[in-house]
Amino acid sequence: MSGPVVDYRTPIGRARGLGSAKSGTGHFWWQRVTAVFLALLTPWLIGLLLAVAGADLGHIQAAIAKPWNAIMLALFSVCLFWHARLGLQVVIEDYIHQRALEIALQLLVTLACALGALAALFAIGRIALTA
Amino acid sequence: MLGQFYRFQITSVMSLMHRVSGVILALSAFGLAWWLVAAASGGEAWATASAVFASLPGKALVFLASLALVYHFLNGIRHLLWDAGWGFEIPQVYKSGYTVAALTVVFTAAIWFVALGGAA
Repeated sequence: MSGPVVDYRTPIGRARGLGSAKSGTGHFWWQRVTAVFLALLTPWLIGLLLAVAGADLGHIQAAIAKPWNAIMLALFSVCLFWHARLGLQVVIEDYIHQRALEIALQLLVTLACALGALAALFAIGRIALTA
Repeated sequence: MLGQFYRFQITSVMSLMHRVSGVILALSAFGLAWWLVAAASGGEAWATASAVFASLPGKALVFLASLALVYHFLNGIRHLLWDAGWGFEIPQVYKSGYTVAALTVVFTAAIWFVALGGAA
């Protein structure tokens, strides 16, 4: 009676559950897109931070409030937390092999990165519009 | 230790360091967001944040973040060039690896030279 193991499920049945989420190359692609933006913006960010290093709060707010600085900083923050979320997701997938803990960590990381990005955007907006 | 029995390769060590520096930078991102929120809040919040960043542990963490940023930036460009199909031959992989390691030291040193008023 011990024949080959036959999977009687239909293709759609196999695809459901832990099967295809139809995201395909999405993770790979957006990790690269955010990487390119961050690679372009990082030298600018280091320059901005060096320009305000040790300055008092008024000078720092004035530098962040400059329109292009505020816009680039907002773009950088979004790309940074998005890229961080994608990277941490893979680290968790690779090292955490307990399903419940893995899902809990994925939710936590996603929430934390979303909050981080929103906090940064709120702060930049507030400085830019009130300073 | 492991080095007695296992000869490390620059390829695997740099790959691991890319991941470690990435995790450090993900944590640093929250430091940046906290710094921005403090700058937007002013007053007490800003006083706390600037005191933390000015303290010795704070400075050490900012230095670690800068080192991780420079390494991840340079090695990330190496990864993007691989994605574009460039530099996959083993001699080139080693050459770009040593270049990234050397430039990480040079760029980090240059950043802190400027930050500590060397160019002022």
